Amino acid sequence: MTSPTTMGKLTFDAVSPGVGLKAALAQPAAAVLDRIAASGLRGRGGAGFPTSVKWSMAAEADEADKYVVCNADEGEPGTFKDRVILSEFADLVFEGMTIAARVIAARKGIVYLRAEYSYLRRHLESALASRREEGLLGKRIGGKEGFDFDIEIHMGSGSYVCGEETALIESLEGHRGEPRNRPPFPIDTGYLGHPTIVNNVETFAWVVCILEKGAEWFKSHGTVKSTGHKLFSVSGDCSRPGVYEFPMGITVAELLEEVGGQGAKAVQVGGASGQCVPASQSDRTIAYEDVPTGGSIIIFGPKRDMLEVARNFLEFFVDESCGQCTPCREGVPKLLEGVQMLQQGACSMAYLKELCSLGETMRLASKCGLGQSAPNAFVSIARDFQDEILGRTGFGRRNGSDG
Amino acid sequence: MKDDLVNQRVRAPKSQTVRTVEAIQYAKARGETVTLTVDGNPVEVPLGTTVLEAARKLGIRIPTLCYHDDLCLAGVCRVCVVEVVGQRTLQAACSYPITAPIEVRTHSPHVRRARRHIIDLLLSEHYGECYTCNRSVGCELQALAMEYGVDFFRFGRLARPRYEIDASSHSVVRDMNKCVLCRRCIRTCIDLQEVGVLEAIGRGNRTKVSTFLDKPLADVICINCGQCINRCPTGALRANDPTDDVWAAIDDPSKHVVIQTAPSPRAAIGECFGLPPGKALTFELNTALRRCGFDKVFDTNFAADLTIVEEGTELLLRLKRALAEGDKSVALPQFTSCSPGWVKYIEHFYPDYLDHVSSAKSPQQMFGALLKTYYAETNRLDPRDVVTVALMPCSAKKFECNRPEMCASGYKDIDYGLTTRELAKMIREAGVDLPRMPKSEFDDPFGTATGSGVIFGATGGVMEAAIRTVLELVTGTKIEDLYEHADVMPVRGFDGARYAELPIRAVGPVPPLVENLFADWDWLRGATLKVGVCHGTANAMKVMENIKAGGRFSQCHFIEFMACPGGCLGGGGQPTPTNPEIRAARANAIYAEDRSYEVRKAHENPAVVEVYRRFLTGGPCGPKSHKLLHTHYTPRGKYIA
Ligand SMILES: Cc1cc2nc3c(=O)[nH]c(=O)nc-3n(C[C@H](O)[C@H](O)[C@H](O)COP(=O)(O)O)c2cc1C
Ligand code: SF4
Repeated sequence: MTSPTTMGKLTFDAVSPGVGLKAALAQPAAAVLDRIAASGLRGRGGAGFPTSVKWSMAAEADEADKYVVCNADEGEPGTFKDRVILSEFADLVFEGMTIAARVIAARKGIVYLRAEYSYLRRHLESALASRREEGLLGKRIGGKEGFDFDIEIHMGSGSYVCGEETALIESLEGHRGEPRNRPPFPIDTGYLGHPTIVNNVETFAWVVCILEKGAEWFKSHGTVKSTGHKLFSVSGDCSRPGVYEFPMGITVAELLEEVGGQGAKAVQVGGASGQCVPASQSDRTIAYEDVPTGGSIIIFGPKRDMLEVARNFLEFFVDESCGQCTPCREGVPKLLEGVQMLQQGACSMAYLKELCSLGETMRLASKCGLGQSAPNAFVSIARDFQDEILGRTGFGRRNGSDG
Repeated sequence: MKDDLVNQRVRAPKSQTVRTVEAIQYAKARGETVTLTVDGNPVEVPLGTTVLEAARKLGIRIPTLCYHDDLCLAGVCRVCVVEVVGQRTLQAACSYPITAPIEVRTHSPHVRRARRHIIDLLLSEHYGECYTCNRSVGCELQALAMEYGVDFFRFGRLARPRYEIDASSHSVVRDMNKCVLCRRCIRTCIDLQEVGVLEAIGRGNRTKVSTFLDKPLADVICINCGQCINRCPTGALRANDPTDDVWAAIDDPSKHVVIQTAPSPRAAIGECFGLPPGKALTFELNTALRRCGFDKVFDTNFAADLTIVEEGTELLLRLKRALAEGDKSVALPQFTSCSPGWVKYIEHFYPDYLDHVSSAKSPQQMFGALLKTYYAETNRLDPRDVVTVALMPCSAKKFECNRPEMCASGYKDIDYGLTTRELAKMIREAGVDLPRMPKSEFDDPFGTATGSGVIFGATGGVMEAAIRTVLELVTGTKIEDLYEHADVMPVRGFDGARYAELPIRAVGPVPPLVENLFADWDWLRGATLKVGVCHGTANAMKVMENIKAGGRFSQCHFIEFMACPGGCLGGGGQPTPTNPEIRAARANAIYAEDRSYEVRKAHENPAVVEVYRRFLTGGPCGPKSHKLLHTHYTPRGKYIA
């Protein structure tokens, strides 16, 4: 596998490993945490949880064994920015994890690496080995007495849901990768029952940048609620697909222009579990407070059949649902069936409405983020592309009370 | 004592939810409380209490499906979702621990819609054959559909079954077409029983509860305890039902069909006829069985008494070799052998310890062996024409009676094992209204039983019966003089694993029953009998690990093991539903029946004395006993082809 093209310069290119860690070691852990809090950094994996809040809760936990886990499962369709970071900036990720360990007082870190990225393993292991040689991992890191931390790599085995942090922890423990009940959250009952922070690859890399360049610098980009820059994996119907760095808060239209995707019919922001933004709403901003994303941008040109798009995503979820909870396990196939009925012109309006309402139940009642977001694409396409869909709506077989 | 067991290694991988529960319990142990409101009603609960528990405290009903009182939490069916104000999504009440003064709404529009959808979805994938399903009426899915007024299949229904039915096991039949994936069976098998045969395989809506490599249940390390059946909300799990064969035997005039009834089903069968738990129908049942057409109705208690005499004698023989003769090779502690689930468990999990298991057959099998020999001879019946049926609380008994070694007379000791549920069905089919039957006695010559046999049904009962007999034989003192009313309280209770010490202060003369085996009891004077009791194979595992590690249980002389939580009264053949309160009510019924007996000690049972006088002439553990009443075991291990 070759790395996808990186489009333009990235902030990470100009950050030299070592500086951030040195800065972190020179001040008390609480001060490091303050710095991250001041930057407003939110998780880059998609959910956008404030990183400093997660870390401070883990830091407060009164336990000897704590863990730092890097979520490198990158399974969201259309995301490949973590692959670029791991290939080209692995040092930043490990350094970010080391800083996290310093903040929460962890002694062990684990990178949960997506099965398909096993080709990166050797490269990552050698990066770890040289950090150990340089005294940046292992005992007395940076000469600091009592600061011992090391990182190991754990291979995933090809399941999308294992990117969900509690399923990831189950998988690390050797169990079937299925999300846990939350609460309790990993920050107090995580890996092997100990406090654990799970963060995205990119989140760790930005922490290093913040420590080197300062919270003010980070905060000066993006929006008030979504600070900083972020990497985007852009694919689909555009002339310049690849990995981009944009400030948070960029509008869909601006993004389309940058990547050569003008004239698109819709943009899927956030992968299969994200939202489908129609061209008519291209002034919307990509930010946690508007259209959030873990980095996946898929562009649909004017010729795309939106029902095909929905079908494609739902087939993905049918395969990837862990099968644990009812709304997701049974709901996703019903939505898929609904799309197929629509394609055959055999779905009544009433049943379509019922399915959208089911989508709402799935969003509210599923156990984890997968089932909660699985209906997103279906519901937004059914809402925003009604004309396209209604053209094919027939009279239902399934529901006597036809509309 | 319990500390001894806390840090035991856990073999089967614990399901994730156990650990969640542990975290919650930890919070509870800290003792702080919090006040929340449920539908506007304030309630104060210990920190870590779940929303479901808090609502129950207020008398507010939240429907559940994957939740079970005996099991760790799963939070997978989502039927119990509620609104926790401020949370973005609905929360599963069963597994949401309260750590702050939250506000809960149990029937907002979102909640009602979600519940309806979830029930509709479950129905769409459940191959429901309610007319022919053995769980119909008792089915929890059916009840939910009724409760929520489901009046059509909103998301369609399955046109044909998806999976083949697995009826390979003598004990448990699995019909995954009716499975709703609540995973109660999985949790029962792993967390309650530490067996771990069942696991989810596949993903999405191809998820299925299955076995190792999807093998038939007969080919995996299932111990047949049937606890999964008791906790299945639908008809996906059931016992392997031989009632058609039993009817055929009854209807065949050339067959002499006898049935023995065990105390636990008698204490529970009323539940199948709408009575509250805890009402024994022993003597009504005798009448009902005769009306069904059984030729004779016997009391398993007779054989239980016989078991106690044989097993107790075996224990005394082992103790003599160890204590009087200093033989270090004697396998002590001796383990009980009457729970067939436990026997299969030890054959799979601790095959190196099989010489500890008493060679005495279980009461069911002893009775069968005598029915086809002693009883057939005295009544001039051809054993070939005697059909022996056993009413048991147990699904493992079905496997036990089909063990090839259980053929003492040349014929199967027991032909058919019936569960409580199956017999209730037969009785209904015969048009008999059990609770309204007049009472009648058991048939001779095995009619007289003692209370000792009755208490076999409760955890600790076998041990108590054995103690009553052994102590009396050895001390020559009436047990009533040692323990008030002959109630050996130290071994009673519901703790998972119990340990007790019983001092033998004085010894008496050797009674005639065993005088050919023992010259005197001097070697027991001043000794302390150390005994253990445990129920549920998860607790059995803890005790076994304790023994392996040389802990306190390794010092025991005798340990009672029961595969099922609560003992036989919680057996896998008992009526559903089950929970700790129901099992406690059944136990009360059993101990009440014990108290009603005049003779409460096995060795005083006149029928037992008579059998030794007339038939088992070599006495307890003599040659004839050995041939008919004792057995051997098979080291099976965990990996079977
Ligand atoms: C179904 C599902 C899949 C996920 N996959 C990933 C993933 O591949 N990588 C990732 O970083 N986060 C993923 N997440 C989000 C994680 O659960 C978690 O929120 C994230 O790792 C936290 O890191 P952050 O705060 O740095 O974003 C996934 C979430 C869900 C519900
Ligand atoms: S929402 Fe889907 S993936 Fe998540 S726990 Fe439920 S079944 Fe599993």
